[in-house]
Amino acid sequence: MLEVFIFATLNGLVTGLLLFMLASGLTLIFSMMGVLNFAHASFYMLGAYFAYSISLYFGFWMGLIFAPLIVGVLGAVVERYGLRRVHQSGHVAELVFTFGLAFLIEEAVQFFWGPDTKNYQSPDILDFPLFTLFGQEFSAYRGFMIGISLSIFVALYHVLTKSRIGIIIQAAITHPNTVANLGHNVPLIFMGVFGVGTALAGLAGVIAGPVLTTFPGMSIVLGSIVFVIVVIGGLGSLAGAFIASLLIGLLQSYAIASDVGMPELLNLLGVEFERSHPLNDLWTLTLPQIAPILPFLLLVLVLIFRPTGLLGKREE
Amino acid sequence: MSQLKKLSVWIGYLVVMLVLPQFFDSILSISIFNQMAIAIVFALSYNMLLGQGGMLSFGHAVYFGFGGFLAVHTLIMIEFETVYFSILFIPLIGGVFGLLAAIFIGSFSTHKAGTVFAMISLGMGELIAASSLIFVGFFGGEAGISGDRTYGPPFFGIEFLRDVEIYYVAVFWVFIATIFMYLFTQTPAGRMANAVRDNPERAEFIGYSARRVRFISFCAAGLFAGIAGGLFALNYEFITEENLNAATSGRVLLMAYIGGLGYFIGPIVGAVILTLMNSLLSNYSDLWMLYLGIMFLLTVLFLPRGFAGFIMMHQVAWVKGSIKQLALPYLLTGIPAFLLMLSAVALVEMSHVEAGALQFMGFALDPALLTDWMMVGIVGIGSLIAVRKSLPRLRDAWESANTIPNEDGN
Repeated sequence: MLEVFIFATLNGLVTGLLLFMLASGLTLIFSMMGVLNFAHASFYMLGAYFAYSISLYFGFWMGLIFAPLIVGVLGAVVERYGLRRVHQSGHVAELVFTFGLAFLIEEAVQFFWGPDTKNYQSPDILDFPLFTLFGQEFSAYRGFMIGISLSIFVALYHVLTKSRIGIIIQAAITHPNTVANLGHNVPLIFMGVFGVGTALAGLAGVIAGPVLTTFPGMSIVLGSIVFVIVVIGGLGSLAGAFIASLLIGLLQSYAIASDVGMPELLNLLGVEFERSHPLNDLWTLTLPQIAPILPFLLLVLVLIFRPTGLLGKREE
Repeated sequence: MSQLKKLSVWIGYLVVMLVLPQFFDSILSISIFNQMAIAIVFALSYNMLLGQGGMLSFGHAVYFGFGGFLAVHTLIMIEFETVYFSILFIPLIGGVFGLLAAIFIGSFSTHKAGTVFAMISLGMGELIAASSLIFVGFFGGEAGISGDRTYGPPFFGIEFLRDVEIYYVAVFWVFIATIFMYLFTQTPAGRMANAVRDNPERAEFIGYSARRVRFISFCAAGLFAGIAGGLFALNYEFITEENLNAATSGRVLLMAYIGGLGYFIGPIVGAVILTLMNSLLSNYSDLWMLYLGIMFLLTVLFLPRGFAGFIMMHQVAWVKGSIKQLALPYLLTGIPAFLLMLSAVALVEMSHVEAGALQFMGFALDPALLTDWMMVGIVGIGSLIAVRKSLPRLRDAWESANTIPNEDGN
């Protein structure tokens, strides 16, 4: 039991931190521009694909460096020539634009790389067990993923709160006009934040690609979950996004690893049902079965009872 | 518009729908018309939310799919003689259950508009789509459920064996649904929906509960989405989880947006265009989804009011009688723009074709030959230059066609 728990925790941590890399960029972009970027997970997918293509010629480490850069530049271009133009037509148009962009990127990925799964491998140098616990191995690559995500979190936090550029960004979020009056180029800051946010998503794609498989549906798998995290954590709150990422990562991981469900619950209550009952599907429900829908259940509950999310302040 | 003119528009709409199968009577075209009919009702119901009520929904397929599932279950019940009535009323069953689902979900999701509403709709959509794979008994899992429409009592001797008979059933429901959705926009509830969309605070100040107004629009949209789902069930006689997931929700958003949100006719235009693209383009190219994505983004960027908005832009020039001045500049820009689009498509297709030459618009293009690439490239660059050269002229013509001269003649 203990070993299941420990490994579920470790796996949940890996997923949660990975989700945070996506969610941090998304929530930062939201707090700046007030727009939820539907295409955020698509940039994550692009990161994985670019890294795959680069790794074919120059190896994994080159991909780790250059793929996020390419994705970041792409993101900045999208902001400069797409979002900024749509911005005049209002928030709904912006949401719809990013939605269309997500649709287009998925099709474009299928066009350039084909619809099949790509054999994107983690580097050989990290192909050893980091430690062995209860006879189960924890791969070094997963440790590497945790390391990268944690260092990104620390670096992001440091830049945003301690550095001069971070302070300007924070000021531009709340008082864009004042910042512009002080002589800073606010549109450029917006473009930069969008670029960095998408680059972070790309980086997440680079390190997640070998583990979660690189295929054209990978953005859909994560896309809506990242939304859930950002909303649960509170729109625009970085700390909230961090808590919510870990929460969702662990929740899903525990749910999948567990082996309880309605049958056990009903046994405990001493209720018995026949298998031919029309609601049979409901009585035989197990926790691993509903693991994929738990985040959405949580989302709906949070939105009904606390629409601002866990740490959100922004009222509409 | 005078009453007579309005009436003639409606009669024209009905007549066009009724005579279409006389001109295009192949099995393919009837199936396309049926898809269009379903899409029109669905897109119009979506517009009640987004266009008229200002609620951006990413889960509208839930009501479509839910209505559809109940409709198929009703078909099965008719087959096993649990209930006995004509299948003509199946769409109504779908509508009732779409409405019930909307009443339930709307009771907590219409609290706020904007991002919160969009997120709840996304969450509910994902939740229900995921549960549909878990509750196999009702939703049939991946395979979905299927019924048979021919077991019901015949309607004046018609047993609904052929698709064209379903088409006329669909026309009946599309016409009724369109009329009622139009009338809804004229009711106080419909007018208030516009007011709440534009300024909820003001609407609250004059004594309307913004939430209640949104709830009413939301329920009406659910009802008509359910009717569309019922039509789907009648036409295909099966329904799967795919019909209530995010992809279907996204498609209806595309339809309504490309058609034009601000106009009642917009979603109809969008539904017709997208259904045609879907069924015709997919025969020629497996990249049609890519083109659809590009078209959608271009629409959002350059035609924020959609195709219907583009047509309505010419109203001033039309009334002024200066629309003729626009014809030549439009041709001068439009023809090279069309060529540019064709050459771009040709380049995309050439880089995608697997082996041998590509038949494109009567030309054989061989990706192995550099000359073919250059030829397409030259046409593309030439037309790009022509577009850029002629654009200022179009802009000037547009300006002069739309300026209403002042009284002192300036």
